[in-house]
Amino acid sequence: MATTTTERTTRQDQPGRPPGDLPAVPAWRRRLWPYFLAVPALLVTVFILYPFVLSAWYTLLDYAARNTGNVSVVGLQNFQQVLTSATFWGAVRTTAIYAVVTTAVETVLGVGIALLLYRASRIGSIFEKVLILPLMIAPAIAGVLWRLMFNSQFGVLNYLLGLGSFDWLGSSTALFSVILVDVWIFTPFVAILVLAGVRSLPREPFEASAVDGAGWFYMFRRLMLPMMWPYILVAVIFRFMDCLKIFDHVYVLTAGGPGTTTTTLQIAAFQNSIVFSNYSLGATYMFLLWALVFITARYLVSVLGKAQRRAAGAED
Amino acid sequence: MASELMPGQRRLTPTAVGADVLLVLWFVFSLFPLLWLVLLSLKTSAQQTSTYFAFSPTLENFATVLSDEGTRLTSVNFLSALLSSVLSCGGAVLVSLVIGIPAAYAAGRWRFRGSDDLMFTILSFRFAPELMVIVPLFVIYNQIGLFDTKLGLIWVLQLVTMPLVIWILRSYFEDLPEDLEQAALLDGYTRRRAFVMVALPLVRPGIAAAALLAFIFAWNSYIFPLILTGGTNGTITVAVARYLGGGGQAYYNLTAAAALIGALPPLVLALTIQRYLVRGLSFGAVKS
Repeated sequence: MATTTTERTTRQDQPGRPPGDLPAVPAWRRRLWPYFLAVPALLVTVFILYPFVLSAWYTLLDYAARNTGNVSVVGLQNFQQVLTSATFWGAVRTTAIYAVVTTAVETVLGVGIALLLYRASRIGSIFEKVLILPLMIAPAIAGVLWRLMFNSQFGVLNYLLGLGSFDWLGSSTALFSVILVDVWIFTPFVAILVLAGVRSLPREPFEASAVDGAGWFYMFRRLMLPMMWPYILVAVIFRFMDCLKIFDHVYVLTAGGPGTTTTTLQIAAFQNSIVFSNYSLGATYMFLLWALVFITARYLVSVLGKAQRRAAGAED
Repeated sequence: MASELMPGQRRLTPTAVGADVLLVLWFVFSLFPLLWLVLLSLKTSAQQTSTYFAFSPTLENFATVLSDEGTRLTSVNFLSALLSSVLSCGGAVLVSLVIGIPAAYAAGRWRFRGSDDLMFTILSFRFAPELMVIVPLFVIYNQIGLFDTKLGLIWVLQLVTMPLVIWILRSYFEDLPEDLEQAALLDGYTRRRAFVMVALPLVRPGIAAAALLAFIFAWNSYIFPLILTGGTNGTITVAVARYLGGGGQAYYNLTAAAALIGALPPLVLALTIQRYLVRGLSFGAVKS
């Protein structure tokens, strides 16, 4: 009752004009406005989700180019076939090694570079401008570039390092080399995220502990690292998840070879679905990879949430 | 820490020198490949495998790559790939902006039912394995005639550009104080006019950064055009990779020139939006 009265008074105060909080537009229309704005994006999302769902459906069929005429539902047969195949577990192993090693190396190097740049020396400020260059080149083009450098006969790497005709992409070295290229491309990603994080940290705790006579390492471990942790985690999440589905530069460099030494899960799926045109088998690989990515994402995001809360607490 | 913030103080301490040495080491590793690419692209065919650093530079390779002569030598139509990349990536970004800006505004300004679900579904496109979408689309595109078309490419590139545009811009709209729109509403603006005339101009740097970053990522994407295009609408990344693909004679100098042309637009664009890069690359999670 009270509100109605107030409204009426306001209305009488300003005749002919909609009062303050513009109920000129009815409330239901105002409430629908955000939905209205989001509808196009929602439609596109649904359209994009359709192939995802279709892909999940493929895993239950025996859909391949050779039998497009009579596709039938085979239940979980594809999963049985994939989960008992050495190729799949080999790809899982390669992907796991790739993702763990790459993320670890890039995190350590990225944090190191960020801290070095944070010192703000003259050299550092020049380097900071060009830090992101490798990151902005298409990974596929970076793959081409490194293939030229890795070339065992004419490649510049063997010439400069005096390695003779060392085979960078041989069966015992290829995985190392594709990881090296990933480190070359993506370490700057970790570095610029962490650098932005370090710069946003408050100065007071460091000044206080410097007054208390704390050493550099103590401050790094007890203060800086916990406060930087959320930024490092964001970078780790992006890198680790991308590594699980890595394709571009690895495919350009080795196409999964020699043999299956660099066949990651997405390359294995590519071979099954596109090269051998067995869509159902490829889709099963992808479904399993998707499940892996999803579970990892859930876990890492919950870790990030905890770290952010802790860092916020530390800053108070 | 605090003392390190004053420059002149520690210019020549062993730690400072050591730090600079480490930095130089990284940047030699980081920049040498790019320098090498430039050198290789300036060599003649005779010099491409016979010399490393001493040669007489020529710009001929760039002309060859862009001409019919290059297509004849390498069977890669580079110019058409360049055009295809510009049109499909530009188209994809435009579509994402038109669809994404209102959604980002809605999600940044209001917490409506399902908004979080929608946002996280869109974000998950960024992290989903690409082939999961590509395999069914490969089948569908072949059936409905979208295979190897710019339209088909623009559509699938939404997976790259839309999450980026929506998430970056949501973080910009979240940071925008609501008072300005409220003031506009009090002045009798409709919600739509407050959005278009007040909120939108204020996030213009964010829109530019998101658009350019989305363009870079679309330009750099490889697996989508690799599978969903054939000979006529292949993009630049596919074309560059094809230089080393088939048998026959290898033209490393032409490959390097093509790679350089393909790498240049993202590099130039990235340097122009450097200030906004951290926020963009982290999808708005890290603000600097």
